[in-house]
Amino acid sequence: MSLRIVVCVKYVPDATGDRKFADDLTVDRDDVDGLLSELDEYAVEQALQIAEEADDAEVTVLTVGPEDAKDALRKALSMGADKAVHVEDDDLHGSDVMATSLVLAKAIEKTGYDVVIAGMASTDGTMGVLPAILAERLGVPQVTLLSEVKIEDGKVTGRRDGDTASEQLEAALPAVVSVTDQSGEARYPSFKGIMAAKKKPVESLELDDLDIDADEVGLEGSWTRVDSAAERPARTAGTIVKDEGEGGKQLAEFLASQKFI
Amino acid sequence: MAEILVYVDHVDGAVRKPTLELLTLARRLGEPVAVALGNGAADTAAALAEHGAVKVLTADAPEFAEYLVVPKVDALQAAYDAVSPAAVLVPSSAEGKEIAARLAVRIGSGVITDAVDIEAGDEGPVATQAAFAASFTTKSRVSKGTPVITVKPNSAPVEAAPAAGAVEALAVSFGPLATGTKVTARTPRESTGRPELTEAAIVVSGGRGVNGAENFAIIEALADSLGAAVGASRAAVDAGWYPHSNQVGQTGKSVSPQLYIASGISGAIQHRAGMQTSKTIVAINKDAEAPIFDLVDYGVVGDLFDVVPQLTAEVQARKG
Repeated sequence: MSLRIVVCVKYVPDATGDRKFADDLTVDRDDVDGLLSELDEYAVEQALQIAEEADDAEVTVLTVGPEDAKDALRKALSMGADKAVHVEDDDLHGSDVMATSLVLAKAIEKTGYDVVIAGMASTDGTMGVLPAILAERLGVPQVTLLSEVKIEDGKVTGRRDGDTASEQLEAALPAVVSVTDQSGEARYPSFKGIMAAKKKPVESLELDDLDIDADEVGLEGSWTRVDSAAERPARTAGTIVKDEGEGGKQLAEFLASQKFI
Repeated sequence: MAEILVYVDHVDGAVRKPTLELLTLARRLGEPVAVALGNGAADTAAALAEHGAVKVLTADAPEFAEYLVVPKVDALQAAYDAVSPAAVLVPSSAEGKEIAARLAVRIGSGVITDAVDIEAGDEGPVATQAAFAASFTTKSRVSKGTPVITVKPNSAPVEAAPAAGAVEALAVSFGPLATGTKVTARTPRESTGRPELTEAAIVVSGGRGVNGAENFAIIEALADSLGAAVGASRAAVDAGWYPHSNQVGQTGKSVSPQLYIASGISGAIQHRAGMQTSKTIVAINKDAEAPIFDLVDYGVVGDLFDVVPQLTAEVQARKG
């Protein structure tokens, strides 16, 4: 039987652009380019490697997001994923992690899966909790923050490097996996891959397809609320000196003046 | 007075500093009730009482060490059910965030992660967060259920505030998911004797300009003179000069120390994302045009191989 791999990916504002909040305190998507979150590329890569190892596997990339989020799906398809699922609905605008995870969980169940793979965090919200929440919602093991991952004989194994220890983990499928940027460089799409991606199926789903009510998601349905977002004032220009032989001593003087020494 | 549940991060009974900081924040919201799990849990009580815990709920079982995350969620949920707190605070470690988020799903609550400050508000606790590589400061609250908030290290002072700290055993029954992910082996990270990167009050980081693994010794020497942790930029980590566990940045660790010293780091956005909330920022770089200099309180344009050893010697001399 085929190994069904679902990769959750996110379309995020480019971190090198001028990221801002919109008037409703959601992420402003109009003034900055979006792209597939860099940390999700590692998830796509591991999914592809697992699929290549397996006798028979299918990699589906899944995203929840506006029309433009198709770009993230296309990137993953051009890397080599087989098909994509795009949950798009105006009512989703402003969904927080709890609302988004609800949508993802329902879409994953509808798609069918043996393993869900995600990046360690998004590069915009950077919460790093979505994989754990998905495991909770789906009622399956979480095997998260892996720097090495392997799937065979119906089991996922991997290494998790924590602050105080490195752990070897093992869980039976189905499971939710997340991988770190140490799991292996993500491949670049080939020209052939980019051309092939244009023909791969992208399934569009709306909230109705997932039996989710509009009031469970979006700004109103979210479980948290942003009351204000203020741009940090630019740092006042610091003192900059050129080292002419005394730079280290001058720096020590500064540190002493700030009571660090 | 409302009770505030505080999840305790400890190593064999030694409470880690971020938990003591959480107790300072918890006291702004109500009376802290600490939850300590695993080996040495009961040994945490004295330190927790000293910092304001009115009660310390403890539980130990092999499951906490043998399985990933979920047994701790089961236990925190048992504490939640027993106390009915007004809020739950958890340190923002990777595991802490996962525990908090899973608890939030179970109790039907919103979750806020990586708060850098918390204050009491009319509609519950208001959390301050840094967004978009700290270019924005947001204030948020949980609008559904009991607020579950994780807090970054160095977000509040550690303050003594002696309280009863009465130890009570917490009854925990593990659910079917608790044994889902087995920890088949555990290798403790070798201690460098330096503070943990995310918790350290001072961080000294090296980047591309350090130009070789062996040269990190001068970064370490400066760190040791200041009692600091050592960080590294992605370029230095990718080059294999320093372990990934020390990487500061978007794909590494986010640090927020009192003092951050960047040596030979240009300050790409990905690095800034991980250190921009540092209180005081210092940089040493040959390139006067390096973007890191836009962030600094004090910058030295110069060769780190000259400046860093001189600084280290000066720090040592001043410390006598």
